[in-house]
Amino acid sequence: MATVERPLQRPVGIPQASAAPSGWLSWFSTVDHKKIGIMYMLSAFVFFIIGGIEALLMRIQLGTPNNTFLSPDVYNQLMTMHGTTMVFLAVMPLNVGLGNYIVPLMIGARDMAFPRMNALSIWLFILGGLMLYSSFILGGAPNAGWFAYAPLTEKGPTLSATHGMDYWILGLTLTGVASIAGAVNFIVTILNMRAPGMKINRMPLFAWAQLVTQFIVIFAFPSLTVAQVFLLFDRNFGTRFFLANEGGDPMLWLHLFWFFGHPEVYILILPVFGIVSEVLPVFSRKPIFGYAFIAYSTVAIGFLGFLVWAHHMFGTGLGPMVDAFFSGASMLIAIPTGVKIFNWIATIYRGSIQMKAAMYYALGFIAMFVIGGISGITLASPPVDLQQTDSYYVVAHFHYVLFGGAIFGIFAGTFYWFPKFTGRYLNETLGKVQFWILLIGFNLTFGPMHELGTQGMPRRIYTYEAGMGWDFWNMVQTVASFGIAIAVALFMWNMIVSLRSGQRATNDPWDGATLEWATASPPPAYNFASTPTVHSRRPLWDSKYPDLDVAHSPTTKPVKRRELAPLDLEELNRPVEPGSIHLPSPTFAPLYVAIALCVVFYGILYLSTAAIPSVIAIVVGLGFFAFGVTVWLRAADRDNASAH
Amino acid sequence: MSELTTAHAPAAHGSAHGETSLGVDSRKLGIWAFLGSETMFFGALIVTYLIYKPVNAARSDAQLPHEMLGINFTALLAAILLASSLTMVLSLASIRKNDQKWFTIWLAATAGLGLCFLGGQVYEFTHLYHEGLTLSSSLLGTTFFVLTGFHGTHVAIGVAWLLSVLFRSRTLGYNVAEHMDVELVGLYWHFVDLVWVAVFTLIYLLP
Repeated sequence: MATVERPLQRPVGIPQASAAPSGWLSWFSTVDHKKIGIMYMLSAFVFFIIGGIEALLMRIQLGTPNNTFLSPDVYNQLMTMHGTTMVFLAVMPLNVGLGNYIVPLMIGARDMAFPRMNALSIWLFILGGLMLYSSFILGGAPNAGWFAYAPLTEKGPTLSATHGMDYWILGLTLTGVASIAGAVNFIVTILNMRAPGMKINRMPLFAWAQLVTQFIVIFAFPSLTVAQVFLLFDRNFGTRFFLANEGGDPMLWLHLFWFFGHPEVYILILPVFGIVSEVLPVFSRKPIFGYAFIAYSTVAIGFLGFLVWAHHMFGTGLGPMVDAFFSGASMLIAIPTGVKIFNWIATIYRGSIQMKAAMYYALGFIAMFVIGGISGITLASPPVDLQQTDSYYVVAHFHYVLFGGAIFGIFAGTFYWFPKFTGRYLNETLGKVQFWILLIGFNLTFGPMHELGTQGMPRRIYTYEAGMGWDFWNMVQTVASFGIAIAVALFMWNMIVSLRSGQRATNDPWDGATLEWATASPPPAYNFASTPTVHSRRPLWDSKYPDLDVAHSPTTKPVKRRELAPLDLEELNRPVEPGSIHLPSPTFAPLYVAIALCVVFYGILYLSTAAIPSVIAIVVGLGFFAFGVTVWLRAADRDNASAH
Repeated sequence: MSELTTAHAPAAHGSAHGETSLGVDSRKLGIWAFLGSETMFFGALIVTYLIYKPVNAARSDAQLPHEMLGINFTALLAAILLASSLTMVLSLASIRKNDQKWFTIWLAATAGLGLCFLGGQVYEFTHLYHEGLTLSSSLLGTTFFVLTGFHGTHVAIGVAWLLSVLFRSRTLGYNVAEHMDVELVGLYWHFVDLVWVAVFTLIYLLP
């Protein structure tokens, strides 16, 4: 059966080769989701390296007691920037980058729903990150922790005197706008641009995970934005939202921050659950076990994630009733998470497992994430939490979840999809060597923190006395942290080598099941020559192996795959006449708009200390914003006109 | 047999940009998602105002809303903003009937009423500043100006958006089939109006 040609759902234009910027300039005007995905991943990886260097500096400082390698103030800045960078500028955008590249391919779409807004997201993210880091040069970085607890972050001679926290507020607001714009884009893309026949219960689990994640983004981020606005006003415009001696309440910060901050944890980890749900079945040569359970438990986690923020605040004395509610709700999250873990294990069980590097990382993810999950359960119990909170036990917990979990999973996804991105494999041997170095380095860095925390070593301290029983493990951790650095360096080496001379990959190097493997590696700008029609959850697999039985749930009668109309792989990859497929034309407008917003935000930042230049910056920025929007609308109208 | 179903009904309203999986225009779905996010934004602002209302009232030097804020003038502003939602509806109804003249008039009226509201808010803010209610005078001032100020900013963005749609309607021309720009700004405008109903009720009407 021939695939059904379907009109593109987006305002489109005929690419004009002559007018389109070429070479390196094309990256600044691109609206192609694949290029934007690559930009997301590369810039996030750079921030990951920077955040890692900050961590190494802190580990050197903590390696020996009474160390004077870093001053307390520099330590505070590094600690704040490490946390902020890893959460907002590394793990989140790495997930967004993978999603940006893969999700439209997986659901058989030509692009994201709003390609220009997608470009705006990447530029706002990059500029927001750069704005945050410009604080190091322009008077001091933020220095009060990534959670920015008020009143510690209020302006005052003994509190946060520099503009550092203002950079934290406004830089992150820029990336927050990028996140919300990106989330709207993902939600519309996944809900509205699926290929014919790809019903919502046939979507790949990675698309499911991204969909739920992006819903969390649009509902959680406004709470952070409001908290940041309040803090900005407190610091610069004389309000007193969080100043207790003037009637305000620092607890308001905690509530607003963690109402965002807890769901944020799932924004970081749910897409990784999606990655693992794609990788494990392919390398176990089995369908995922309990597709529906994994999908619905993702939704359940997304929902429960909003009910548990106060478990970050047990130590503040909310009272037994409140503690009991949030403790119970927090422990409930273990149920859908456990459901996933058992489904993954059942997927591997009796599979014919291929131990590729991606599979190593996926399995490493399960093991490390389970450790982090269990320490999470102990922390959800208020009596334990009251002992362990603000100790290194908590540091161990969230590093097992966010590094052992998220980063291991992202490595799995990178090894898995690298051939799709580049047409070449990452080197398997290097990948496995890197895995073992990373696994050992990681466990020796963060494992002993459980012990240190239980022994009473507090978080956030820049040094400690000798003879507290903490010396040995701190030294071990510092040495081991360089193991992590070596592993990451090895990965960079692997990427460079493989990009230049890696083994060539076919379109479908892992014998995959989902649609992204049905097109070329790397995919053409238009993704598929014609829109695929989908008849099952594993359209490519079912096309390749029509004689195997398929049953999607115990209640449906198995049907032979050959009864399902297969994908026409030749048709999907046929040579395309230039101009016959309409794509949105490249434009610099999103970049203009992002730069304009950045200028406005610098103006707001210095409004209280340098009023006149700031007002000029704001006015100029708004003018440039209007210009950018005009260029944007013209580009959109041109594309619309040529599509009709 | 449902697994074998291939039928994929085209979108009912036959959008010019082809069918979508849900049958809803993508831009409309996008604006709904965005407004969901905005609901959380104003929700946090409103909750903060409500939390601090009793805290402020309990202070010895309390500035109380019913003493500081006159209700008559603001009630007039609320009526103006509510009326602008009506003109917005009429404008959309007109373009759906391809009535270009009344579409333009109602759209311009919406923007005009929005501008009146903004002017009134500027007057009210200056007045209150002279009365001694400022951003830093008390918790009431802090929460009042931040909440109503952010609503006012949204109205200002809405007016700019309305004016750009008005301007573009001269160059592009909207018609029965193509008026998504009008629908989108309408949804945003009604949302901003709805937020004002909540804000007005909580600040001015509740004791």
